[in-house]
Amino acid sequence: MFSFDLLFDAIVFGLLLGCFYAAVSIGLSVSFGLLDVPHIAHPAFVVLGSYGTYLLGTYGMDPIVSGITLMPLFFLFGVLVYRFYYETFEKRGGDAGVRGLAFFFGVAFIVEVSLILGFGVDQRMVEASYIGKSLTLGEMRIPIRMLVAFGMALILTVSLTLYLSRTFTGRAIKAVAQDEPALRLMGANPVRIKQWAFGIATAVAALAGALLIIIGPVEPGMGRVYIGRTFCVVVLAGLGSMSGTLVAGLILGVSESIVLTLLGASWAPAVSFGLLLIVLGLRPQGLFGR
Amino acid sequence: MTKRISMFWVGAAAALGLALFAAFSIKNEYFFFAGYVVLQFVVLATAWNILGGYAGYVNFGTSAFFGVGAYIAVMLIKFMNAPLALQIIAAAGVGALMGVSCGLLTLRLRGIFFSIATVAVAIILETVINNWRFVGGATGVQILRPPVMEPFDSYTKMIFVVAALLAIIAVATARYIQTSWIGRGLRAIRDNEEAAECAGVPTLKLKLLACAVSGALMGAIGAPLAMYQSFVEPASAFNLNYSVSALAMPIIGGTSHWIGPVIGAFLLGSVQQIVTVTITSELNVMVVGVLLVVFVVAAPDGIVGLFNKLWRKRPGAAKAP
Amino acid sequence: MKFARLFARLFGAIALAASAAVFAQQPIKIGLSMPQTGPLGGGGKAALLALQMWRDDVNAKGGMLGRKVELISYDDQGNPALTPGIYTKLLDIDKVDLLIAPYGTVPTAPLMPLVKQRGLLLMGNFSFQVNHTVKHDMWFNNAPWADASSWFDGFFLASKGLNGKTVAFLAADQEFAQNLVGGAKEQAKKLGLKTVYEQNYPPATVDFSAMMRAIRASKPDMVFVASYPGDSVAIVRAVNEVGVGPSVKLFGGGMVGLQFTPIMESLGSQLNGIVNYTSFAPGMDFPGIKDFFDRYAKKAGDAKVDPLGFYLPPFNYAIGQMLEQAVGATKSLDHKKLAEYLRKNEMKTIVGPIAFGPDGERAKPVVPMIQFRGVVDKNLDQFRQPGKQFIVYPSQYKSGEVTPFSSK
Repeated sequence: MFSFDLLFDAIVFGLLLGCFYAAVSIGLSVSFGLLDVPHIAHPAFVVLGSYGTYLLGTYGMDPIVSGITLMPLFFLFGVLVYRFYYETFEKRGGDAGVRGLAFFFGVAFIVEVSLILGFGVDQRMVEASYIGKSLTLGEMRIPIRMLVAFGMALILTVSLTLYLSRTFTGRAIKAVAQDEPALRLMGANPVRIKQWAFGIATAVAALAGALLIIIGPVEPGMGRVYIGRTFCVVVLAGLGSMSGTLVAGLILGVSESIVLTLLGASWAPAVSFGLLLIVLGLRPQGLFGR
Repeated sequence: MTKRISMFWVGAAAALGLALFAAFSIKNEYFFFAGYVVLQFVVLATAWNILGGYAGYVNFGTSAFFGVGAYIAVMLIKFMNAPLALQIIAAAGVGALMGVSCGLLTLRLRGIFFSIATVAVAIILETVINNWRFVGGATGVQILRPPVMEPFDSYTKMIFVVAALLAIIAVATARYIQTSWIGRGLRAIRDNEEAAECAGVPTLKLKLLACAVSGALMGAIGAPLAMYQSFVEPASAFNLNYSVSALAMPIIGGTSHWIGPVIGAFLLGSVQQIVTVTITSELNVMVVGVLLVVFVVAAPDGIVGLFNKLWRKRPGAAKAP
Repeated sequence: MKFARLFARLFGAIALAASAAVFAQQPIKIGLSMPQTGPLGGGGKAALLALQMWRDDVNAKGGMLGRKVELISYDDQGNPALTPGIYTKLLDIDKVDLLIAPYGTVPTAPLMPLVKQRGLLLMGNFSFQVNHTVKHDMWFNNAPWADASSWFDGFFLASKGLNGKTVAFLAADQEFAQNLVGGAKEQAKKLGLKTVYEQNYPPATVDFSAMMRAIRASKPDMVFVASYPGDSVAIVRAVNEVGVGPSVKLFGGGMVGLQFTPIMESLGSQLNGIVNYTSFAPGMDFPGIKDFFDRYAKKAGDAKVDPLGFYLPPFNYAIGQMLEQAVGATKSLDHKKLAEYLRKNEMKTIVGPIAFGPDGERAKPVVPMIQFRGVVDKNLDQFRQPGKQFIVYPSQYKSGEVTPFSSK
């Protein structure tokens, strides 16, 4: 069933999806790419954001507004999680790698099961005026929810990139990633900066969660398939590169969409992980890595 | 030294004897149904620890080896109605091969990248199986068990004893590796790989050996799953829960000694089975998550580590065991 | 000495009476798992309520064999990985006397080897062809279908007037959908139809826009879908969101979930035009069924469960009735005897007479096909009357012909 129309369709859809993947991954770009935290629970936090959006949705709140409302709450949550992680693992140094990873795996599991216990295993979705309609451009039909997610994701990614490169705190975050002792010598407190950064990453995850539930129904176990996608994007971008995240997201989105169209939906989960392995094998520093 | 070794073998023989005794005296099938799961985790945890605890390479792809083991069994059953022993040996062989190839591909990666790469392999393999109609695809396959072998009166009991046997083999292997030159080499790699290289330790060979043995054991215990459940489908055979449990149990029990994974598997496995029967099956995933976090934060050396600390605190205790 | 002997006899008599009383009080335990959450949960909750109604009815009449009937059920979440463990627990820990299968093909499939090996009677609950590989001889399925032809023929016959020549198949990669679509493809070949597109998707798929695009590109006259509730809903939404193309005149067939009242209510007008199977729709009538629905509606209202209960509840009540008749006639709980009785006799139930073929499926399958017409959004009561689920097959209940599907 191959035709150029179908392929073009797939590419357009892939670009929309890819930008969304970038938004989901940019939080991880900060926490893992810049701060070196083995944050395998990031997708679980995104799903948590989706459920928060769903909950606010039952009171009639629009999903995007819900997402933005959740951001301060998630920021605080992120700060607490990082503080705990730092005190328990990084401070003691040494074998933090394995234990930190195991810790976040445990956290991811706890989040997932808590969602199951709280909401059940059923899929949840939100209603909004832009969900369920599509835009007709010639032969193509683009679901409006994808356009909304694309728009918000683009705004999110660009603003975070600008924040990190233009503002004072943003640059401090980048500095702490590059050269922590130097920063300490200059009198700034690296722990407070890293805490702030992790908080931002978690807040961004909340908004990404809102976009996730706009795009489609969510269920508690969804975080697992996003582990592949987010790490693929972050590694492909290159650790520490924010603008790279957008490019990498688009690449992943388009690849997944093309595989979906040509080979079928059953091969889609392997795309992100396969791409990840290829990148790790051929060019581990990613496209724009430091 | 000889006295210590024979103590282990006496213990192992006693354990096997206990399993056989149970198979012939306990009537309730459910005991064997649940007991099989606990023994399965003893094998998985012990196998994981060979690479993860001794060498320090955190493998998150346990579910891949386990799932492949189950599907090798399925293939052999569908192809030629192979007996259980052949299924296990074939699965172990494939597991070893997989371990070596995974090792070659991913051991160059540091820390978290190695771990993520192992998750990637697991998901990719699951996707391949999902697309393979011969072994049932995402739908899964129903497996009919052959009639039961004498002298067991039920298939579940027989497979329980098989699992006990595999558990003993796994633990014996881990113990051998730990106490031999292989174990010393792996510990050197875990502490400082570069220094080990410089000191002349054949790091690549040792790592590949650990990968192969670990993979073989995981594949071997995956094979009986087909007969045990009479139904195999990719979503449950390749479930990430196996990976996390195989990692949590050694961490809880203690990663430095072969008894750690055994303790962790028995403890966590039994709690999970009890929770499943009495409350709900969701909660058993929560148990894994919570215990993992608690131990990783508070008792990083596991129960063995706690025991060691208490032992040393005893007045008059001369040296550590 | 005399007193001792008297005392001993008295003691013996009391003991005998007590044990008889205790034994008589031992209830007959019927074990099952029923999805209360998960993809099939919407139907499962209604089904369990109907079984509980039957249990209460039979106990009011004195129970079975003079003993009370007790239902022991667990939530299997529609997950096939959980059912073997649950049924082993039912058999070995709860020690149940009789078994009813979970609702649905997918959770039932793993149990077939288990019940065959242990030689147990299993009452099926709306599975499709789940016994075709294992061929267990103590399996009896309550559903109105037997094999794929009983299903697909109805779909195709209902559309005779639309003159379709090409067909597209969309099926979930799970036991039910694969069994159904496999049989449907064979039927299509026999009927001389050309397959222009076929796609199996992983059960967890949530986004069908890519598949809609692909279907549109292949321009089929008919689209036959075999899906479970979660995907059925997503597919209906995708059809309304992106469209399946103007060539399609007939859409639907084997979409599970579009019979659950909460789903019908939430999808509303998006359902219009779809031709799909069901087990019961207003317009069909059987002796005793109206009384059942009246009583069910009251209980469902209290339990906050599907208030109309057209799809599963009457057929679950029928499972109870069949067990009641078999146990009553054979006066035993022996699985072999019960199976023999069920095989040889026609049972009277509130969904009509039920007789089984050699494979444990219906000897005379009839799968009603309905077309959704004039459905409006957010209105539950509209479904109470005949017409919204417009019956197009079989001829004895038919209200009219199928009208063509229209999509952008």
